[in-house]
Formats: sequence, structure tokens, C-alpha cells
Amino acid sequence: MKDDLRRDPRKEWIARNRLHPDHQRVLAELGQLERGAASAEWLGPNGLTRRDPHAVGFIGPNGLKRIDRSGAQQAATASDTRQRGAAVDTRQSINIETPAFVVAVVPDMSGGRLSSQDRDVLGLARQLADADPARPGAVLAVLFGEHKEDSLGEAGIDRLLHLEGDEFAGYAPEARLAALMAVEREWAPRHWLLPDSALGGADLGRRLAARIGERPATGVWQLNVNESAATGNAGSSQGWQCLARGAAGTRDILRPLPRVVLALAECAEPVYETRHAARRVELSEALPETLGRITDMGAVAVDPAGVALAEAEFILSAGNGVKDWEGYHRAAEVLQATKGASRVAVDDGFMPRDRQVGATGTWVTARVYVAVGISGAIQHLQGIQNCDKVVAINFDGGCDMVKRADLAVLGDSSQILDALVALVERYRQQQQESRDAA
Amino acid sequence: MPHDANSQTSARAQPHGGGQPSVAVLISMGRHPLTGRARRADQDARAVEMALSLSDARPRLLHAGHFDQDSEAALRGYLGMGFDALELIEQESGADVIAALSDRLRETAPQLVLTGARAENGEGSGLLPYLLADALGWPIVTSLASIERIERGEATLLQALPRGQRRRLRVRLPAIVTVDSSAPAARQSAFGPARRGVFERVAHASVQDAAFAKWDVQPARKRPKRLKIVKATSARDRFKAAAAKAEGGGGQILADVTPEQGAEAIFKLLQEEGVLR
Ligand SMILES: Cc1cc2nc3c(=O)[nH]c(=O)nc-3n(C[C@H](O)[C@H](O)[C@H](O)COP(=O)(O)OP(=O)(O)OC[C@H]3O[C@@H](n4cnc5c(N)ncnc54)[C@H](O)[C@@H]3O)c2cc1C
Repeated sequence: MKDDLRRDPRKEWIARNRLHPDHQRVLAELGQLERGAASAEWLGPNGLTRRDPHAVGFIGPNGLKRIDRSGAQQAATASDTRQRGAAVDTRQSINIETPAFVVAVVPDMSGGRLSSQDRDVLGLARQLADADPARPGAVLAVLFGEHKEDSLGEAGIDRLLHLEGDEFAGYAPEARLAALMAVEREWAPRHWLLPDSALGGADLGRRLAARIGERPATGVWQLNVNESAATGNAGSSQGWQCLARGAAGTRDILRPLPRVVLALAECAEPVYETRHAARRVELSEALPETLGRITDMGAVAVDPAGVALAEAEFILSAGNGVKDWEGYHRAAEVLQATKGASRVAVDDGFMPRDRQVGATGTWVTARVYVAVGISGAIQHLQGIQNCDKVVAINFDGGCDMVKRADLAVLGDSSQILDALVALVERYRQQQQESRDAA
Repeated sequence: MPHDANSQTSARAQPHGGGQPSVAVLISMGRHPLTGRARRADQDARAVEMALSLSDARPRLLHAGHFDQDSEAALRGYLGMGFDALELIEQESGADVIAALSDRLRETAPQLVLTGARAENGEGSGLLPYLLADALGWPIVTSLASIERIERGEATLLQALPRGQRRRLRVRLPAIVTVDSSAPAARQSAFGPARRGVFERVAHASVQDAAFAKWDVQPARKRPKRLKIVKATSARDRFKAAAAKAEGGGGQILADVTPEQGAEAIFKLLQEEGVLR
């Protein structure tokens, strides 16, 4: 079958009629002869698809005939158009050339990536921007500092303002606020949306609201159209209502949607059916110098052992495959990682009970989870569902932890840990030297 | 918990001005999440505790709002932490207290103002410290875990970050700071001082919060759980998504490498993720 189904009834008729003088030629033209045997699927005289069960399938590794009805594997032997169809990205790409208005979003980008809350807020922004198909708005994302995200358009961003520079590094609410004020002057967004997350959007959004004199809606978790007010101006921002958490999470406040919105996680579905342009834009004027009254003096070393396992950022977890416990503890110290353990390591008395990760232990949310000699039993994997990056150090390349891991190193745990400790110590020394030199 | 009321009174006996920074704590009425009974607001009480932990400061308490039996009970809770007076700007119920507080702070000109992150009553948007900072033109720093020191017109603060991390900040005074729930818990309120404490009333016209009165406020509903929607085009994909174990594949597997090469790869990942400090 062709990509675009264009039927020539006469040719189909000839193809069905084995006695027609042109039969062979037409078959070849329709591409059914090349595959040698009879075609597995054709359109019958009444427009119904007919199948020949003997012609489908392929011979599996054990010499048995296999039929895969999803078409994923059959594709190799049968029609090639199908295979192409499966690989093609079916998401619609959307490019808004002249937006009627702008909805500005300032994602947190913690760790340089869009957090799931950021994606939800972008989804909310799309609801506002796409409400009126005749007059679509553009979602403008304002990002500060470097980031590692390469699928910004897929999260629903039309325009991207990427502000880099030392003045935005660390805790720099004053410089960031000045940048947002420049955005406000240049694009006058119809709405400002920020995630209501501690120290990210919650802080910046409230500063922005206080500065531009708008009363924000905080803790917003639902957006809906006000039926009574919507008649006549459906889709315009007057018709929107939001439901917000108030009074320390004990009240729901239903109110008209203001210009500045601080939204909770899961306030809307993230975007996954469309791809947007994420076209870069720049501010037309340079940012004014800000008078910094708050100086960031850097992170303070906290004792990683004192950090609760559930909120630790970096965990070095030990399982039954750890043989050299001295070496493991030293590695955790050198890496400044919080210690975790599998149940076996705990039951065998090598680790305290409060360090157990998994179904009967703690559900961890680390950004980096290094599993040393852990096989990845389902009870353990449950506990690390919310980890971003998993590194496995294991003998056995076939175990479930290696399947789950973003990076798996196969080998003896003690040797690899020793090598890692040596590397990190060298790195620390170099850092120290360059600091001393400076 | 030892109750150091003595050091408090001796500090307060010293004349006004001089070297010690003057600290004001903004307090509000809290509500027990289950019983709804009036009590100290948790974060505000932590802010008071933090002010008391500053060795040479003389913290003063300031409350603006409607005064009735409930709020008296809550406010006396703060007095019981070792104060003999608190300043009360009485307002009508449902009033917007920003103007009252900012006027009063401008008058008394404290060096440092501590508040909780958000109120347990009313809108509870956590916007008040920001509006005050904007009205007064002071810097604001949020989510404090502790105050390290105050000297020469600057305060050195520890800010609580998610994941138990801390960040050191320096801020020019006067400033407004809000206290995180990771700050030390408040001491018990002692009954005697709570009874004996007095309210010093300050008059200020009250401004009604007209917008809030129009909103529909209900007890919080349980939020619907997000459904896991599987976007699959064929039955096989849907089945695989439903029956999947932990997501597999896509990871990089290094087999047959020396321990050094393996360690190198892990080290690179740790550095990329920025977890090595
Ligand atoms: C009701 C119930 C609840 C449970 N709850 C939990 C829970 O909360 N948390 C939890 O962790 N477990 C839990 N378990 C136990 C779980 O099923 C597994 O038994 C356990 O997680 C296995 O721990 P492990 O991976 O450390 O050990 P093993 O399964 O023995 O795995 C050891 C791994 O180390 C590797 N290895 C061995 N030597 C070396 C070496 N020198 N270098 C490198 N790799 C090496 C091996 O290849 C193997 O993959 C629970 C079980 C039950 C029945």
C-alpha cells in the first residue's frame, strides 16, 4: 500500500483477475510481486481489507513461525511503509508566528532540567494560550543560567528567552527580578505563571507580583472557565477562574484568575501531543545594573549523614555485593554522599535499619543514586522510582538494577569504588590547589 | 527546655539604641489543622524562637489584626515565650494589614524584621513580607534556617534549601526575613508570663480587603489523583506499558572495562549532575 491511499479501481480489478492479460504487469506496478509470494493483505472488491494468514509472519529464532500483530516485527518482511510510519513522530508541530498575546512562564530548572512541576505549569500556560484558536497566544519561557534541556519545544514553549551571566548564578533574586521587569516592559505578558515551589518560583513570583502591583493567586491547582461570566467573552482571561490552596493548605479559594499565577504541581497536564518552536528571542535593551543588597556566599557543607535519606540528593547505596565495607564507608565520605542500603545489607548487620531503601524502607528522591552490588529486587526498585539518574556497579550484567540504570559499570565493586575514590581525591586536590593559587 | 527569661529581662533593661540591633517579629494567629483551635502559628513561633536565639538583640513582637477572644489566646501563647508585652495594632476583622504594619515599621525602624513564611488563616498567600519589603524598600530573604550573626549593618544568614542543603547569604540591613519550617522548633509557652503579659495598643485606621471578601472560600477538597495516561497506538504497546517492570533499557552498560575506566565514567556522570562538591 502506498503512503497516500489513492485507489485505481480498474487496476485493482486487474490485480484480482488472474486471467487478465495485464495481470502480471499491474501486480508488479502495485508492488506486490516484488515480495515474491502472494501479498498478505489487499483490498477486496467491497473495500474491505482481506488477509492471507499464510503470508504473514516470519520465522522466529527457534524455527517456529511467529505472527506479531502489532506490526513492529512483521515490518521487516512485509510492507515498508508501515515501518516508516511507526518511526515517524506523530506529534503535530506548531509554530505561532504572530501571537495575539504572550503568556510568560519562569520554570525553576532545578539541576538544569525542567522539573515535572515546570512541565505542569507549562501545560497550564498552554491552556491559557490556546483557549481561543482564532487568536492563539505564545508561551514565553524565561530561563536563567545554563541548562541541559534539549526538548524545550516539546514541553510547550513557543518563545525562549535565555538569560545567561554570572549575575543570575546562585541566589540572585534581585537580578532575576530586574530581568523579569524588563520582560514585563517589552512584552507585557497577559499572564505570568510560575511554579509555587520553595525558593524557586514561589520566591521570585511573589517578588514580581509585589513589584508590578498585582495580587497573585498562590497555590493554584485548578483552572476552569467561569460559566456565568464566560458568555460572550469565552476564552478571554475574564472568563477564567482558579482554585487555589490557602490558609496553610486548609482552604480552597475560588477566585477570578489574576495576572500573576503561582501554581502547584499537577495543576495541569503537561504537553505531549504537540511540538512547539521554542524560538529564541532577546531583550531589545540591556539590563540595568542592579544594586545587590543580598550576596550569595555559596553553599555550606552539610554533613551528608545528617540529611534525611528521603530528601538526600546524592546517595551511595550498598547491597549484598559490597565486600569491602571499610572501602564503602570511605567512598561515601570522600564523595560526600548520603549512605543507603538494601535490605540484605541491613539484615546482615552492616548498615543501620534507618538506611534501608525500598518498599519496607525509605522511598528516596535522589538526583543521583549509585547502587553498589545491589541486584535490583522489585522491593528495592520501588524505593528508587523517583530517582533521576541511577548508576549501577555490579558483577552481573543481566540483573534488574543494570536494566534500570542510566549507567552500569560491570566489575568488582571494591575495585571500582577504590578507583573512584582515587579519582575524586585527585580532583579535590586539584581544586584545592587552584583555590590556593587564586 | 530551659526558659531563659532572665537574660531576656536583662537585655530589655538596657537603654534603647546603642550597639544591639533592634529586631521585630511579626506574629499572627495560628489554627490547629485538625481541631481548628486558635494557637500560635507554627512558623511565626519559630521566628520568635530565632529572634530569642540572637544573643544581644531585643526582640519586640508586633501583631496587627482583629482582636477577640480567639486571637487573644493565640497571642498570649507568644507572650508565654518570655515577653512581658507585645504591640497590637487593632484592626477590624477582614482588614488588609499591610498599611498598618508598614507604617508602624517605618516609625519604629527596626534593623531586622522576622516573620513566618505564610499565615495559617485567611488567604495565607505568603505575600505579606514581600509587600512590606516593597513598601519599605528593604531587601527580603526567605526560608531561613538560622541567623549566624549581625554586625556592621549586615546580617549573615543560613538559608534552608530543599534536600537538607544550606546556603550562606549576607544581606544589608534593614531587612525582612522569613523563617522556614526547618528552623529550630519554638519553645513551650509558659502559662505565667502568658497571663501576665500586656498588650500595648497602637491605633491605626483599618483598610478593608475588598477583593478577598468576594472570593469563595471553602474547606480544602482532596485533590484528585493524576491518572497515568498511556498514550499508545496499539494494543501491544498498551499491554507493555501496563505490564512493564521498572523501565529498562536506554542505559549505557560498560562491560569489560578496567575499574579505572569504569570509575572515570561514573566520575564524569557525577560531575555532569553537579553532585560533587
Ligand atoms: C516483603 C518484602 C519486603 C522487602 N523490602 C525490601 C526493601 O524495602 N528494600 C530492599 O532493599 N529489599 C527489600 N526486600 C528484599 C529484596 O527482595 C531483596 O532480597 C534484596 O533487595 C536484595 O538485596 P541485594 O540486592 O543487596 O542482594 P542480592 O540480591 O544478593 O544482590 C547482590 C548483587 O551484588 C552483585 N555482586 C556480588 N558481589 C559483587 C562484587 N564483588 N562486586 C560487584 N557486584 C557484586 C551480585 O551480582 C548481585 O547482583 C524485601 C523482601 C520482601 C519479601
